[in-house]
Amino acid sequence: MITVKDLSVTFHVGGRDVRAAEAISFEVAAGETFGIVGESGSGKSTVLRAIAGLVPSRSSILEVDGRPAAQRRSRADRRKLQFVFQDPYASLHPRQTVDDILREPLEIHRVGGINDKVIAAIADVGLLPMHRFRYPHQLSGGQRQRVAIARALILKPPILLLDEPTSALDVSVQAEILNLLARLRQSYSLTSILVSHDLAVVAHLCDRIAIMQLGRIVEVIGADDLRSGAVAAGYTRKLIAASRGFARIPA
Amino acid sequence: MTNESLLIVEGLDVNFPGRTGVTRAVRNASFKLGRERLGIVGESGSGKTTMGRALLGLLPHTATVTARTMSYEGRNLLNCTERDWQQLRGRRMSMVMQDPKYSLNPVKTVGRQIGETCMLHLGTSRKQARQRTLSMLEAVQIRDPELVHGLYPHQLSGGMGQRVMIAMMLIAEPDLLIADEPTSALDVTVQNEVLRILDDLVRDRGMGLIMISHNLTMVSSFCDRVLIMYGGRIVEECAARDLTNAQHPYTRALVAATPSLDVRRAELATVTRDPEWLK
Amino acid sequence: MTDTLGHWLMSEAPASRRQAVLGNLYRAIRSIVANPTALVGLVIVTLLVLMGALAPWLSMGNSPLEQDLAGRLAAPSAHHWFGTDELGRDILSRTLHGARATLAIVALVSVIVVPIGLAVGTIAGYLGGWVDAVLMRITDIFLAFPRLILALAFAAALGPGIENAVIAIALTSWPAYARIARSETMTIAHSDFIQAVVLQGASTWRILFRHIVPLCLSSVIVRLTLDMAGIILTAAGLGFLGLGAQPPTPEWGAMVSSGRDVILDQWWVATIPGLAIFIVSLGFNLLGDGLRDVFDPKS
Repeated sequence: MITVKDLSVTFHVGGRDVRAAEAISFEVAAGETFGIVGESGSGKSTVLRAIAGLVPSRSSILEVDGRPAAQRRSRADRRKLQFVFQDPYASLHPRQTVDDILREPLEIHRVGGINDKVIAAIADVGLLPMHRFRYPHQLSGGQRQRVAIARALILKPPILLLDEPTSALDVSVQAEILNLLARLRQSYSLTSILVSHDLAVVAHLCDRIAIMQLGRIVEVIGADDLRSGAVAAGYTRKLIAASRGFARIPA
Repeated sequence: MTNESLLIVEGLDVNFPGRTGVTRAVRNASFKLGRERLGIVGESGSGKTTMGRALLGLLPHTATVTARTMSYEGRNLLNCTERDWQQLRGRRMSMVMQDPKYSLNPVKTVGRQIGETCMLHLGTSRKQARQRTLSMLEAVQIRDPELVHGLYPHQLSGGMGQRVMIAMMLIAEPDLLIADEPTSALDVTVQNEVLRILDDLVRDRGMGLIMISHNLTMVSSFCDRVLIMYGGRIVEECAARDLTNAQHPYTRALVAATPSLDVRRAELATVTRDPEWLK
Repeated sequence: MTDTLGHWLMSEAPASRRQAVLGNLYRAIRSIVANPTALVGLVIVTLLVLMGALAPWLSMGNSPLEQDLAGRLAAPSAHHWFGTDELGRDILSRTLHGARATLAIVALVSVIVVPIGLAVGTIAGYLGGWVDAVLMRITDIFLAFPRLILALAFAAALGPGIENAVIAIALTSWPAYARIARSETMTIAHSDFIQAVVLQGASTWRILFRHIVPLCLSSVIVRLTLDMAGIILTAAGLGFLGLGAQPPTPEWGAMVSSGRDVILDQWWVATIPGLAIFIVSLGFNLLGDGLRDVFDPKS
């Protein structure tokens, strides 16, 4: 469904070239959830944004749904792939109601039956009809993220890219959103890539996981390998140990 | 760990007047702290940060703080004036906050800021202050203290900035440190390095530590004892290692809602809030 | 009834788009009314509009144009509340009718300046690169024109009159709005909610007009309200110099000018329209300050 080969992203910052991602190659099969884990500055979000076409990138192959993904995307290309952002407070237009926000993709793609689709999308992500005409500031963080997910799925795209979708949320809200994503993944047979700094979240939702450090993929492992610690790279081991909590060295 | 209590809080209430009525941020909270590591866990809005700030007299003037007892090393905190607080804070008790970026003065070098704290609270000379600052920077495991001494805050990485914060907060050798989400802005590998530094300092100096956090895994692995807060109320107190066997339904739900590397769950438990918990 | 309407408007769970939009509007109006500065400004501006609209009825039968050379420069009396001018015309009536000229200038300038400023600013800010460079240099050029001198040049070339005064004011006013819109656009152009519409496949124009312009609008409106005082003063200045509205049309600046010769003996001729200019400018300034508080995104 998604093929990435030798992807690299270079930013020009203050007259210098900064390699944010380099030699990134992986494939995501249809229906799979692929995870990318790394610490800040590892380039994990950059890779996701490059696949979405939000940042310019270079690669020998970048295919989405069997078609090369050009730097300039057509409206039909856009429809195949949607994105959920990290911060639910920043990803919704502050002056638009939930209804306006959900209507927008349907109007852009000139899809009929807008009203019914908006009502269905609201129910689908576990919101209530009374949320339909609220502004984002009248919603909680979890509800906003549900709106963002509804917006991403309203065009029924085959691919969903998730950039730290729960890291701005409380534990209990995170659980609700992760459950929602797992359910929607089933009912929409979505292919998705989940980027997170939280190993437990990625292991919970993903089948295969790429570990990134300093702009490169260190290794790609299965979720069970992550749990059992059957990993090759020292960095992965260090990351797993750190995620299990603080280990006191006996005095 | 000694039995002597550094901090005794009984029946603490914090209220904020608002446009639509009073917000009860902390309700009837009681706990004691010895020379130990106490964790306070809760979700946003649980009142954990407000409680931490109330203990340091750092709440805005609009807040009303009432308690049956709130004493620190035998001293009543309830009738402290702003001047008393200033003498207590820094010298006797101190606070590390989430983001060092906002807590350090951007136009002063690291060394000067720590040195000034030292001269202010310990009355040392400039030269002694410099000596102490350098050894404090060394204590928080900064490799080149001389270099970092002359740096400005924006030249520090997140982990480095948090170490500098800890150095600044501990230079006056307080007996109590309140750390409010000290590592949540940091990467997980750096997070543990910072925790280790805190752990060593607290143990070596026999300090009391209150660790305020939303991160159950971190608190249960780092602290001795944990208070779980919900809606401004302490709903449960337990030994940190027993957190997974907690009694209160909220704590249990919180543990079950956290994705874990150890257990594979098809679905995460969600928290069904019970109004009874607030009674 | 009013209670249930208030409830309906303040509802946290609006049942229709209309209710949501009206509720938002209602909340904005409530916060304006709750702000004393804004309220005073709003009352003054509303009075100005009413004055202009109801001028013929408020003038108590006196025409603004009818001359009465026998009763020229009469002091305020029961019949002529604010006295008469050098041609015996009723000053109250002329001041009331003068509100129309002021309102016309205010409306025309707004209609020209806001769209141009918003278009130039948002396009420059969103597209960036050479488009931004070219548009902003053009803005700089217009910003370098001295307003009054340009107006004089216009009047010289096209003849004096309100329309030319408006064009001259508008031409020198829009760059400030373009700059505000540009800086506002630049802060939101890379925000997640704009990226989200990009990913949905929205065209650049759609993004600009449906998503960016509505966010720039509030700061532009605040700026416009604050600028209004300056615009009214400039228009009055042009009238004073004889380059604005032409006689016998009542216009406050021209009225002050005609009272200049008799200011020591017949003070009311220049003072009344002068006061009108002062109060209206103050009103717009207060309203602008209040709106800024209300629209402040931090609250």
